[in-house]
Amino acid sequence: MRLAALACCTALSAGPALADKIFVSNEKGNSVTVLDAASLEVIHTIEGMQRPRGITASPDGRHIYVCASDDNLVRVYDAATYEELPPLPSGPDPELFVLHPSGNPLYIANEDDNIVTVVDVVTRQVLAEVPVGVEPEGMGVSPDGRFVVNTSETTNMAHLIDSSTFEIVENVLVDSRPRFAEYTPDGAYLLVSAEIGGTVSVIDPARAEVIHRITFEVPGVLPEALQPVGIRVTADGARAYVALGPANRVAVVDLQSFEVRDYLLVGQRVWQLAFSPDGRFLYTTNGNSNDISVIDTASGVVTVSVPVGEQPWGVVAVKSE
Amino acid sequence: MKHLSSAAAGFCFAFAVPGIVQAEVEYRVAVIRVDAPGPMPISRLDLPPPDLGFAGAVVGTADNATTGAFMGQTFTTETVAATPQTAEAEMRRLLDAGFPYIVTLTDAATTARLADLAGERALVINALARDDALRGKDCRANLLHTAPSDAMIADALAQYLVWKRWNKWFLIEGSHPEDQALAAAYRRAAEKFGAIIVESRVFEDTGGARRTDSGHVQVQRQMPVFTQSAPAHDVVVAADHAGVFAAWLPYHTWDARPVAGSAGLMPESWSPAHEAWGGTQFQTRFEKSAGRPAREEDYQVWMALRVIGEAATRTKGGDDAAMRAFILSPNFDLAAFKGQKLTFRDWDGQLRQPVLLVAGNVVASVSPQDEFLHQVNQLDSLGIDRPETECKR
Repeated sequence: MRLAALACCTALSAGPALADKIFVSNEKGNSVTVLDAASLEVIHTIEGMQRPRGITASPDGRHIYVCASDDNLVRVYDAATYEELPPLPSGPDPELFVLHPSGNPLYIANEDDNIVTVVDVVTRQVLAEVPVGVEPEGMGVSPDGRFVVNTSETTNMAHLIDSSTFEIVENVLVDSRPRFAEYTPDGAYLLVSAEIGGTVSVIDPARAEVIHRITFEVPGVLPEALQPVGIRVTADGARAYVALGPANRVAVVDLQSFEVRDYLLVGQRVWQLAFSPDGRFLYTTNGNSNDISVIDTASGVVTVSVPVGEQPWGVVAVKSE
Repeated sequence: MKHLSSAAAGFCFAFAVPGIVQAEVEYRVAVIRVDAPGPMPISRLDLPPPDLGFAGAVVGTADNATTGAFMGQTFTTETVAATPQTAEAEMRRLLDAGFPYIVTLTDAATTARLADLAGERALVINALARDDALRGKDCRANLLHTAPSDAMIADALAQYLVWKRWNKWFLIEGSHPEDQALAAAYRRAAEKFGAIIVESRVFEDTGGARRTDSGHVQVQRQMPVFTQSAPAHDVVVAADHAGVFAAWLPYHTWDARPVAGSAGLMPESWSPAHEAWGGTQFQTRFEKSAGRPAREEDYQVWMALRVIGEAATRTKGGDDAAMRAFILSPNFDLAAFKGQKLTFRDWDGQLRQPVLLVAGNVVASVSPQDEFLHQVNQLDSLGIDRPETECKR
């Protein structure tokens, strides 16, 4: 069965037009859907994992890492052949992770154990376990790789961890249930979403202080439905996109003024976001409508929604080789 | 009253905690549970564990302490199991020992008495009693409620039944005062959401053991007869706070109708089956700590502890006055695995919260239902709203 699947996708991926690929983890579907970024056709489905959530790619785009939460490990796939490579230890119930900008190590949030596990992706050894607050979830890394950020959902803090000593150097209190942490490309700001608090905190990492709180308001949408989760910042640092969960919208935030410029209607319970490698498109996972939406970042238009597996959770796009 | 502690943090990490740390502040909470002797539940699966409620305090305290380690705050919780005879003496002892936050697990009348004993010396959080009167004409200024009220429970079920268009209810209520209070909440809910109670019957508690060997033989004959000849109805709604008969209703009713309320589809603040909105994390944390699944009482005590912890975090080691002011302010919110922020109603001290509709081993739905809107906060579609309150705090 696996051989057949491999043969089939090898044939497909050997096609003439080598476009970028989008990988979507389907939390309920226990699978990763692979789409051709040009045609937006589903070209493959990777199966054989339990409750995949966080998903990321190595900087060279060759390896796909998936938090297989109910397998209690990180599964690794070859982005070209979809072959499964040896998994990484993750600690129990991994949900989200972030790779060091160099591609190694991987920092994993373990929700059940109040720790962040640091794993060497080459030797597959656990390098450290960093105790953090209750229910660690969001993981970010500074562009220079010196700091790793974890958000703990019940402690309501962003913990700034020195990536060389594995020690917490700063704790910043944010609003309720922080889900995601993302630096701006220049490292000047750290953005942390608070799902229940309904805000995105803008943190000055140098001072470890919240300097601004971005709030959201959509006419006709209940305030309690505006639940910020995934965040992505454009490569030029001008804008941030914030997924608003059950509000079914992605907010476009101007990072000069921290004003919300637009709300883009996408699918239901939008959760995580990823840019295309060239930054022209933003992909959103819509957990309750079983699809991803594609946003044209230049025009700010949601161009299309594409069905994927059951309850899509995370997304990453990689360049073709 | 703020307690400055010279001792090391009770919950200690090996690393330094820069960023937010000030002088160490200790927060002391007491949980008092009053165990009244009473008949056993119908099912042995429902027997109360010895650490009922207290196990939630253990997890809540540990959660607070983990955060506290980053804040220079320590949390200690004393749990007290009292009897109706010793409850007031134990409360006085806790007050004299200077506990500024006291969580209660007892009936409405005792809750009110303990809150009166506390007066201005302590903030009391009710984690058990559901009576609407305790939030209405019998409300207390120093009393908050993490336990949902009867009206919230009834409204949560009513919204779902009306959404299903099961509008004709056959209401069966127990003969205890708390059953009648719950039945009154269902009558109010029916009127509020447009359902019709086609008939009400009272199931008299005639006493005696509820569990007897092969007791089902008689039940199988009695329940169908008891439910016979009711007008046409869509659903049987059971109001049985005392747990006398409702568990026997499903599959024994004369007409083939679903049962909801105190059996069948049950509106509850918590279920060990609840997994949405990070709920799994609470379940695994609780089960690892307590060695058993969490019950409503545990969750309601956990929420009470987290209210204190959240206020301690947000006031950054504030004194009791600052803590109380913050908890009742619009800035307070609690994340408690219900998919939205939970806040206190300023008119009666009730914590707003979604209610789970539990069907056996699964959570079948969660109210409020999307279709029932509210001009201020959708959670206020459950329970007694500001214009209706009889509470004068």
